[in-house]
Amino acid sequence: MSDILLEVKNLKTYLDTPRGVLRAVDNISFSIKKGKTFAIVGESGCGKSMTALSIMGLVPEPAGKIAGGEIRLEKDDLASFSEFQMRAVRGKRIAMIFQEPMTSLNPVLTIGDQIRESIYVHKGLKKLEANARVIDLLKAVGIPDPARRIDEYPHQLSGGMKQRVMIAIALAGDPDLLIADEPTTALDVTIQAQVLQLLKDLQAKTGMAILLITHDLGVVYEMADDIAVMYAGEVVELSDRQSFFTTAKHPYSQRLFKSLPSMEKRLMSLEAISGTVPPLTDTFTGCRFEPRCDQAWMFCTQNIPTINKLANGQQVLCHVYTEGLERPKSVAKESETSTQAIALSKKIDKNQNLLKVKNLQVHFPIHKGLFKKIAGYVYAVDGVEMEIKLGQTLALVGESGCGKTTVGKGIIQLLREFTRGEVKFQADNLLNFSDAELREKRADFQIIFQDPYSSMNPRMLVGDIIEEGMISLQIELDKDKREKKVTELLEMVGLSEDMRHRYPHEFSGGQRQRICIARALAVNPKLIVCDEPTSALDVSVQAQILNLLKELQAKLGLAYLFITHDISVVAYLADQIAVMYLGRIVERGAVEEVLTSPKHPYTKALLSAVPVINSENNNKQFLQGDLPSPSNPPKGCHFHPRCPEVIDKCRVAYPICNNDEHSTCCHLYN
Amino acid sequence: MNYLISKLFGALIVIFGVATLVFFLIHFVPGDPVEFILGDSALSVDKAELRARLGLDKPILTQYANFMSGALHFDFGDSFHKKIPVSELILSRLPATIQLTFTSILIALLIAFPLGTLAAMKKDTAVDRGAMMFSLLGVSIPNFWLGPILIMIFSLGLGWFPVSGNEGAGSWVLPSIALGTALAAILARMVRSSLLEVLNEDYIRTAKAKGLTQFQIVVKHGLRNALLPVITLLGLQLGALLGGAVITETVFSWPGIGKLTVDAILSRDYPVVQACVLLISLFYVFVNISTDLVYAWADPRIRTGSN
Repeated sequence: MSDILLEVKNLKTYLDTPRGVLRAVDNISFSIKKGKTFAIVGESGCGKSMTALSIMGLVPEPAGKIAGGEIRLEKDDLASFSEFQMRAVRGKRIAMIFQEPMTSLNPVLTIGDQIRESIYVHKGLKKLEANARVIDLLKAVGIPDPARRIDEYPHQLSGGMKQRVMIAIALAGDPDLLIADEPTTALDVTIQAQVLQLLKDLQAKTGMAILLITHDLGVVYEMADDIAVMYAGEVVELSDRQSFFTTAKHPYSQRLFKSLPSMEKRLMSLEAISGTVPPLTDTFTGCRFEPRCDQAWMFCTQNIPTINKLANGQQVLCHVYTEGLERPKSVAKESETSTQAIALSKKIDKNQNLLKVKNLQVHFPIHKGLFKKIAGYVYAVDGVEMEIKLGQTLALVGESGCGKTTVGKGIIQLLREFTRGEVKFQADNLLNFSDAELREKRADFQIIFQDPYSSMNPRMLVGDIIEEGMISLQIELDKDKREKKVTELLEMVGLSEDMRHRYPHEFSGGQRQRICIARALAVNPKLIVCDEPTSALDVSVQAQILNLLKELQAKLGLAYLFITHDISVVAYLADQIAVMYLGRIVERGAVEEVLTSPKHPYTKALLSAVPVINSENNNKQFLQGDLPSPSNPPKGCHFHPRCPEVIDKCRVAYPICNNDEHSTCCHLYN
Repeated sequence: MNYLISKLFGALIVIFGVATLVFFLIHFVPGDPVEFILGDSALSVDKAELRARLGLDKPILTQYANFMSGALHFDFGDSFHKKIPVSELILSRLPATIQLTFTSILIALLIAFPLGTLAAMKKDTAVDRGAMMFSLLGVSIPNFWLGPILIMIFSLGLGWFPVSGNEGAGSWVLPSIALGTALAAILARMVRSSLLEVLNEDYIRTAKAKGLTQFQIVVKHGLRNALLPVITLLGLQLGALLGGAVITETVFSWPGIGKLTVDAILSRDYPVVQACVLLISLFYVFVNISTDLVYAWADPRIRTGSN
């Protein structure tokens, strides 16, 4: 009769915490159609995952419970089901895959065991039949050589393969609904493209509905038919895909779009959303988004909004759309980080070379046997060339495991014993320096890391963390002046002076990354290696950090080596780009040039794998397979086994790299 | 395989070291075995003669060489006191000790796993607190106290089990409990905390999402992973168990290696002490290697290499 598979009505999921009741999911309603993909988007902590766990009946016990509402799966209300009844639903009618395929599989059981288990529970097959079914499933999710893989353990598979196994487990019971909780967030963009395509194909084949939970609007654009935007435990907007991507209605949705970095926004600062999500233990008397909203007025602080249904079917939880409610024209808040052009304030010669790297090699020995003899090498970095000019940003991109981070560490001399080649910083080759000489130079190049949580000593005060480098490298030995500098630095990165007396755990992720930046700046560096500094952050916070980095560059004339896998960040921030594959750079040049007309087949594949909003990219080039092992790179061109344009020459010899402004290492261009 | 060979190679060095150390320690410790045998009032002629017969008049390095070459052939000479070959003496005592250790471990495991699992599944309830109270008591009570108490209650009081000696299955019960209780307590604690950690892992969530029962989840996905740290602890604790066996055997007059060693040390019976200590160190090494092997069995990441 109806085409609705799952209907969630006024669902409330509460968690008991020491600070009071946390309303993780607070009165939300939506419905999922049969055979369609429904996406829930929002930033971390907005209640997306808790919604999914509520549907599965897997809310963490004993702290959490469903406090009200209905979850109707066809005729049944899952919210009223007992644990016993739910067991027949889980894995059979609704299956789920998770964000971390690395930790979501049991390390001591073979993947065959783990898939079979699901088949035994829901299909009641005998061992032989079950085995045949496991092989079918592995084939269906695109795992090569399934008969052999069936006896392998999770650690023997790559991340993408593990996620495929997770999907196979989910499919084992032929579910009507597949819940995918950030299924590709932990994967590389090339692997992400493979997995998303797989989900689409499987959906077309089986007719299952997908509930996709993600923070990535690009993924939503590629996958979803209908979309719910969640903020602070509520659904603030419900929309079909078309309307959402052309006319998003809720101010939060609109600002999410604006905070995305892109090529077009290069010369401006991004519109970050200031502030943070309010704690969900609070009781609200007005709109939850009001403190961060640029369209709010007095009325919003005192009245809780209700859903407004618009003529085109969109639903918005916002007073702006309430009929008969006049919004005063002049009260629109000046958004705190308004879009403004960034002006250069420090005069520097942008043609002067700061860093020139020649034939950089970092080879890690592999030890084996009784006497730990060297049995081979991991060629993590194998002959990298690059240069960075004063005050410029070079982005280094590539899949995980390609050696990006090792290049960064090699350049700033953190792996000296394994590093060969030439790292010329201004006039000096850093590799010729003794350790003592190097120490004097260290202040010139600093690094900030991906995870601001683990890169600071949790027992040190923020002030001490920032100050430490100045003392150690003898930048500023006068205590009062140092105190003053710490104050300046904190203000420069957008924190307040009194925060120096706090510990790192008292800050949010974005604030911690600001502290890390202040720490790096304390010793007046000329170059900062930024190793994925925003990939652990939400988009709105990422926008804040990118703005800060851009501002600091203009003010202080800093050069960045920006290591990332996120092409849109590169497009927004970088001047030059270098694309890395298996220890070598395969293409480099100016960002606009390389991103708009890539030459190397790998760059092309990498760019086409990125989900882009509002562009129908129908001839995607999918990269097959995974990155080969850097201890045993393929003969000839390293990329040839995965290359769609491979020619005979590629199997024999590594191509020579031309040294043009836009250089590429590929036989097709020589 | 390579791994096993390098382990065995290391074990040989350890055993050689222990043999050397024991030999010199016992010879340099004050107390003359000849005086123990003949008494203080013996004539010096008799003493000299006995000394020559036992080979104690030779230079210490010669004695050491003799001991080592004998040990290579499992020939440890004759006991000074009992006048029979040491190897015979040990062989007659070994089964009793193996039996006692084995039943103690069995009892410990049979108590620890259900108790620890139950406590983990019923975390923060009365069951959990009760189990952990038992565990605390078990660790705190020394077995030289527990042994006599058990004898008082169950042998002298209720008359259920014999007071001492090794006669039939009934006589195993009390010594095994006395020896195994501490191990059970430590292991139960470890099983609980290890399982609690594992039950928070993502793959347990996956297992739940498959629709498995609580029992399937805990036994198949939980315990197998929780086993790893427990194996490590068990390996370490077996050494302590042997130390405990020396005391327990004395308390229950259990005719095992522990009691033999203690008696031999007290009477400066060099060959027996040397052989017993060597045997105990062999046991340690054996446990060590088996721990690694069991570990590899339980964790495929070690077995199949992680590349």
